[in-house]
Amino acid sequence: MLFLLSQIGRFTLRQLSEMGRIFLFLLSAVGLAFRPPAKLRLVVYHLKTIGVDSLSVVLLSGFFTGMVMGFQFYYSLRKFNAESWLGSAAALSLLRELGPVLSAFMVTGRTGSAMAAELGTMRATEQIDALSSMAINPVKYLVSPRIIASLIAMPLLTAIFDVVGIFGAYIIGVGLLGVSSGSYFAGMDTSVVFQDVYSGFVKSLSFGLIITWVCCYKGFNAPPMATGVSKATTESVVLSFVLVLVWDYFLTSIML
Amino acid sequence: MIRVVDLHKSFGTQRVLRGVNLEFVTGKTTTIVGTSGCGKTVLLKHLNLLLTPDRGEILVDGTDITKLKQKELYEIRSRFGVLFQGAALLDSMTIFDNVAFPLREKTRLNETEIQKKVDDRLEQVGLEGMGYKFPAELSGGMRKRAGLARALVTDPQIVLFDEPTTGLDPILAASIHQLIARTQRTFGFTAVVVSHTIPQVFDISDYVAILANGVIEEIKPSNEFQASKNPIVQQFIRGDTEGPIQVL
Repeated sequence: MLFLLSQIGRFTLRQLSEMGRIFLFLLSAVGLAFRPPAKLRLVVYHLKTIGVDSLSVVLLSGFFTGMVMGFQFYYSLRKFNAESWLGSAAALSLLRELGPVLSAFMVTGRTGSAMAAELGTMRATEQIDALSSMAINPVKYLVSPRIIASLIAMPLLTAIFDVVGIFGAYIIGVGLLGVSSGSYFAGMDTSVVFQDVYSGFVKSLSFGLIITWVCCYKGFNAPPMATGVSKATTESVVLSFVLVLVWDYFLTSIML
Repeated sequence: MIRVVDLHKSFGTQRVLRGVNLEFVTGKTTTIVGTSGCGKTVLLKHLNLLLTPDRGEILVDGTDITKLKQKELYEIRSRFGVLFQGAALLDSMTIFDNVAFPLREKTRLNETEIQKKVDDRLEQVGLEGMGYKFPAELSGGMRKRAGLARALVTDPQIVLFDEPTTGLDPILAASIHQLIARTQRTFGFTAVVVSHTIPQVFDISDYVAILANGVIEEIKPSNEFQASKNPIVQQFIRGDTEGPIQVL
């Protein structure tokens, strides 16, 4: 019994100290992002890796998500003779929920895992130690520019996902299933308000922070071996997905 | 002068350093030898505080660097150059950019001055004209030389070499040893070398220390070290499996 209690205690302490470390890592990365000298060149580079390089997968997933929604919403709305609300339903669900969450998932899979693997490999090959030994703060050099870039790229990617998704639903609803084009856009125009766009923007911003924070932390602290890097990569993706969904719940409940 | 006083370091339940006391003479080359996994690299990484000790002091010119704030520590670190075991070149950059990196990040030199300095260092390590290549395109020996060029480009007062010849063939290992000795004579820095390639290290070292059982068992001038009657030193030099150092 005593052994069991000590094991539980040890596990709890380990988890608490890990949580402390992960929060301190975020504070340090955010704090250093605003301390000169600014690493603008690195921010631009990571804008390309996080933003531009994720664009194709966001476009593709946004388009197909929109088309699936076109079918699904049409099927549901037809039961209430409300097919004309297709545009409204697609736009609201994309702007408020699916756009930010699915594009966050895409970025996690496309870029977050690469971040964790890259930083984990840098740890294993002593490149992070090399930066420290040159009196260069590795968090400022490797993590802070990624955080700034993801805060810029994530809302833009989400906006693109939303627009392409709405277009995908339009093609199915109007082009294939015969919903009137006018009612598709009129429904959207009357039901979508600024608050819907704003809540999607806030979500995408916070998801960008979560993904970069978690993936960089896991990579940065990966055990210096091949299995350590692969474990860090897997954990970073899983933890990012879970945290995005949990945080999404809290934001939705606040901003509804 | 670097002085290590009663240094302790454990990883979990494994006690690696159990009270290391050691002095590195300014402008001389001191080599730390010992069996694989005895804690040589751990000790080396404490000298510029890449690892934090559990207990003990690391004095650099009288300043205990374990008590410094980050900014002060970075100032001390900028006096160090480090050649890592695998060279630790940043693989997203060319060799030129790797060597230029500390100058671009930590100095106010303009690109022309940087270009000249980097070219000089690349030439000194025999890599002239190779600056455009990426680390993955170089052999192990060339990567080590590029790492050495990067370690020396800021004209450091102290250079740490972590197993500089591990994984290299004997001829390449000898050339790296010669390069270390030559650059040390040219620049006059304090060199700390971690190695287990004997007897070659005796030729480049002014002092040799042996780390065993978590402590420095012996430190002597290179020629005296080889003649030491210490059974640990003799076992290590002869490569005996029987003796005071338990390997299996």
